[in-house]
Amino acid sequence: MAPPEHRRQFKRPAISDQQRRRELSLQRQAQNRLDAQHRARCLASSALSFETAECEPECPEVELELGSENEGDGGVGSPHEEFDVRKASKLRGAQARKWFARQLILPEWMIDIPDRLSLEWYVFVRPSGNRCFVVSSNGITVSRLRNGSILHRFPSALPGGSRFRDSSGPAQTYSILDCIFHEADQTYYVIDMVCWRGYSLYDCTAEFRFFWINSKLAECGACEPPSQNHRYRFSPVTVYNCDHGGLIAAYTGPVPYAKDGLLFYNKQAHYQTGNTPLALVWKDDNCSQYVIDTDNKGNIPSKQHLVLELQDDLKVTTSDDPPVEILLHGQGLRSEVNRARAFADSYSKVIFQYTVRRSPLKMEDLLFSLSSGNDLENRPADVEMAGE
Amino acid sequence: MAMEVTQFLLNAQSVDGNLRKQAEESLKQFQEQNLPSFLLSLAGELANEEKPVESRKLAGLILKNALDAKEARRKFELVQRWFALDASVKAQIKFYLIKTLASPYHDARSTASQVIAKLAGIELPQKQWPELIDTLLATMFQLPAHTKQAILETLGYICEEVSPEVVDQCHVNKILEAVVQGMNASEGNNEVRLAATRALYNALGFAQANFSNDMERDYIMRVVCEATLSPEVKIRQAAFECLVAISSTYYEKLAPYINDIFNITSKAVREDEEPVALQAVEIWSSICDEEIDILDESGDDFSGDSDIPCFCFIKQALPVLVPMLLETLLKQGEDQDQDEGAWNIAMAGGTCLGLVARTVGDDIIPLVMPFIEDNIAKPDWRQREAATYAFGSILEGPSPEKLVPIVNVALNFMLNALMNDSSNHVKDTTAWTLGRMFEFLHGSALDTPIITPENCQQIVTVLLHSMKDVPNVAEKACGALYFLAQGYEDMGPSLSPLSPFFQDILEGLYAVTRREDAGEYHLRAAAYETLNEVVRCSTEETAPMVRQLIPHIMLELHQTFEGQKLSSDERDKQNELQGLLCGCLQVLMQKLGSQETFKNVLLQHVDQMMGLFLRVFSSRSATAHEEAMLAIGALIYASGSCFEKYMPEFYQYLEMGLQNFEDYQVCTITVGVVGDLCRALEDKILPYCDNIMTQLLKDLSSNELHRSVKPPIFSCFGDIALAIGEHFDKYLIYAMPMLQSAAELSIHTTGADEDMTEYTNTLRNGILEAYSGIFQGFKGSPKSQLLLPYAPQILQFLDSLYREKDMDDSVSKTAIGVLGDLADTLQSSAAPLIQQSVSSREFLGECLSSHDDMIKESAEWAKLAITRALSY
Repeated sequence: MAPPEHRRQFKRPAISDQQRRRELSLQRQAQNRLDAQHRARCLASSALSFETAECEPECPEVELELGSENEGDGGVGSPHEEFDVRKASKLRGAQARKWFARQLILPEWMIDIPDRLSLEWYVFVRPSGNRCFVVSSNGITVSRLRNGSILHRFPSALPGGSRFRDSSGPAQTYSILDCIFHEADQTYYVIDMVCWRGYSLYDCTAEFRFFWINSKLAECGACEPPSQNHRYRFSPVTVYNCDHGGLIAAYTGPVPYAKDGLLFYNKQAHYQTGNTPLALVWKDDNCSQYVIDTDNKGNIPSKQHLVLELQDDLKVTTSDDPPVEILLHGQGLRSEVNRARAFADSYSKVIFQYTVRRSPLKMEDLLFSLSSGNDLENRPADVEMAGE
Repeated sequence: MAMEVTQFLLNAQSVDGNLRKQAEESLKQFQEQNLPSFLLSLAGELANEEKPVESRKLAGLILKNALDAKEARRKFELVQRWFALDASVKAQIKFYLIKTLASPYHDARSTASQVIAKLAGIELPQKQWPELIDTLLATMFQLPAHTKQAILETLGYICEEVSPEVVDQCHVNKILEAVVQGMNASEGNNEVRLAATRALYNALGFAQANFSNDMERDYIMRVVCEATLSPEVKIRQAAFECLVAISSTYYEKLAPYINDIFNITSKAVREDEEPVALQAVEIWSSICDEEIDILDESGDDFSGDSDIPCFCFIKQALPVLVPMLLETLLKQGEDQDQDEGAWNIAMAGGTCLGLVARTVGDDIIPLVMPFIEDNIAKPDWRQREAATYAFGSILEGPSPEKLVPIVNVALNFMLNALMNDSSNHVKDTTAWTLGRMFEFLHGSALDTPIITPENCQQIVTVLLHSMKDVPNVAEKACGALYFLAQGYEDMGPSLSPLSPFFQDILEGLYAVTRREDAGEYHLRAAAYETLNEVVRCSTEETAPMVRQLIPHIMLELHQTFEGQKLSSDERDKQNELQGLLCGCLQVLMQKLGSQETFKNVLLQHVDQMMGLFLRVFSSRSATAHEEAMLAIGALIYASGSCFEKYMPEFYQYLEMGLQNFEDYQVCTITVGVVGDLCRALEDKILPYCDNIMTQLLKDLSSNELHRSVKPPIFSCFGDIALAIGEHFDKYLIYAMPMLQSAAELSIHTTGADEDMTEYTNTLRNGILEAYSGIFQGFKGSPKSQLLLPYAPQILQFLDSLYREKDMDDSVSKTAIGVLGDLADTLQSSAAPLIQQSVSSREFLGECLSSHDDMIKESAEWAKLAITRALSY
């Protein structure tokens, strides 16, 4: 007598090992496909353009290896033209400095007031401290100053930022934040987001990036107080629509950190590295200790100091792209060659510093420009960050 | 027009091979030259009472084969040919067939019944032969018993052949009336009654409406129950078979009859002959199946998707049902463990007891424990075996909280019995019971472990000892070790309690595979499969020992090629062994492939290993092919781009696999291996892509290939596109229309039943994965704009998926990802299209707020890509 077909065979397990082999194999293939897909989604969009030609001759010791899984990267697209941040993190010295310096958005100084400020701009208070580029990947978080030197290496709750986090998501997940490290409360204030979980935000509008900071940062636990696997706290900053109310709130409102001026970001602007007029910095004595450049001893020199770059053609220029030539003539100009400073001043800084000594752009001027326009007063901000 | 075929038909059954061959050839020629005449001649032969029964019967069978084939394409051709026949020919054939039902010869009648049913299966769905049922039933009850029997048998076959929606309700009513009348106790002829009862079994699926009518249902049930009391054993068995079918098809209508069902089944189980008793037990197993399904579904989501409530018949019957089943356990067959196909009342009873435990959970324990305690130490092996089997049967279902304390007490006893019991039956069942303990009550998911550092060594020692016992006991011991290892699967990087015994275990299993009698009771297979599981669940610390297995297994595989001039039986065994060894190597590579240091080890062996796998392809066994292909997939994954050098030689086998329609599992696995190749070789696969794509496109357009292979083929398009990027452009004109039509088809498929819904979801995922891969493959290429013309239809597909509510989670995740890929690759040129699509708004919004992390992550990616595309 044979058992009914669908009955499990007598004293047999429910599933055969062959079936198990088949299923495990299919599972592995499905996972590999997911990984490949994920890599493809991250790849071209997160690879920051970096001409290797520029780096190799100068710096032969630069490691350009493709990370441990050599079957992973590259493939689609051509690896020689694209160079992502994981590879960049292996750069050393001058190369690293040069590379990282180019990756940050550098606000111009506000020397005149943009049109439609209240409609198209955000404003927030710049925390006082060192600007840095925070990269979390491969279980470690590294912050680098503008000159490329490492500020901290530490575990964090950012995606891929520590080895102790749950391994949800592919191993090569990484994130890049644009931060200011605030010494007093040992906190990284996140002023912009460049990559999140491997996805690039370079081509996203500021509006979207700020929205993303606000929703993602808290979600991953990076805003929690420090712990063993999360050495430093991260915090978003409160971003206001730059209307009358928003500007006043930013200018006068309390913040948990020492203020160093106001930053204005155009809502539609992408994360454009280098100097950009679509992000602006403005300072006065009320909101910053560092309005006028000081010397090494903290004293305001009687004359304005400019840091300029000496080009091959012997012109001296600003750091702008293209560089603005400053003609060195007239009385009271004293030049001094100093190789220590990494970066020349931008043209807007030179002008801002000039005007701040003579007839500064005042808060009243900003507020006046808002009320003189046809701005919609007290429009609720689309992106009102809770901050701290 | 008809011809004399008698002699051909008789010769075709001759013992003389030449005569037979000639006759077959003549028949074949006749069929090819003049089909109408051929079919008519056969039908005439069948109907002719003056012809020998042998030629009539064969005429009927050939006629049937001219109408039906297993293989779908052939069947379709045959049906077309039938419809092309002249109407008068078809009418004449049908006349002959119906006429034959009145033949005094049973064989002639029965053959005609089958042919009529095949014809009905062809014609009724096309609304032809509408008079068939009426013709059969018109005068049935005035006809002699043997004709009545033939008509009932024909009705049964027809119900088996056609689907219920083809027969209108008025004909269903007539069929049921005739059948139930034929079953009635007043029917004096047992042959008629038996034919009617068997016909009812097939007709039950047509009786939805009748079972919803209380009076009709009562009547049918009464007649069926009466038939279970017939003095004729075959009628009783057939009636119980009807009750089995009713229990699963009409579970929700059983309540009024459940007491009667219990009474008649319990009498049959205790007193009736075994074939009847087995069906009586099967009724309760079927009710368990239904209730397990209902409880499973309502446990999955509380919305109560299932409209059938659980009537808890099993729970109510428990106090009487369990003792009845326990009694059956004592009726073991003398050599049941030695007879592989055995199925007796004790086995059926134990199986049912296991299902009851899964249905009611904890409640079964107090009802079974006294039986176990009373019998487990009795001198009669039957009592000890029955008690052990009862214990093993209830280990799945009840809560670990209730079972663990009992198992803790029993474990030692069982280990002792496995070492020392005098009966092999008891040892066999004991080893199986230990395996069940480890399967259900051992693992990281359980709070209180039954295996501790203290008893682990003892358990391993006993199992290794038993692996030297008689083959059937050794096989069960391997099975127990399998689940013992599996329980440590999710241990993480910590020290496995098995590690101290790892070498002993490997040696023990290896010794089993070398046993002279390892061919019996799947013992060798069990040993290799246990070895696989032990390897899969091993930890870092034992990796060196695992690595050392590779050359051993390779040597074993090498040795399988040494046997020459094997008998077909020996070759089967050799192929089976090759399959097992390939499987084992696959597991080893998959296990070690994740370790960086393994790459070097592998590189030493990879040449040889590839050589061995390729030799396996020269065998004709589908299972061995499949295992070799799986192993090669693992090898490709582990060796990465180094695999390129094997491609020239391997390619032919890859193509062979892609062409293997018959063993579609091989085809599926091969399609998966193409994916592995794509990821390992990337653009180096380009030279092979024309051929691979051609083959895949052929596969997709084939009606012969099993449908389950098609979704993976679509996914594979994505793999290829991702690997070769813009070079996929030349395949777009072929692949895109295929994807498009499959997408449309998948939208219009109504998910009538679960299988279809599942298939539709798999298909959709395959299509979407193809789109993802293609978009990502073209990203950043100037050729990416070639995809723009396809964007509207793809977005439409996504919109349609969204509009159809209750989208499957995995489909949502893939679909929303495609939206992102489309935006990512086409960028601003697709912006207007994206803005118009519903998916980019509502669907994306829903996915962003999904509770499923995978969906959410995909949605975030899509949002990012869309934001970027729209902001240029």
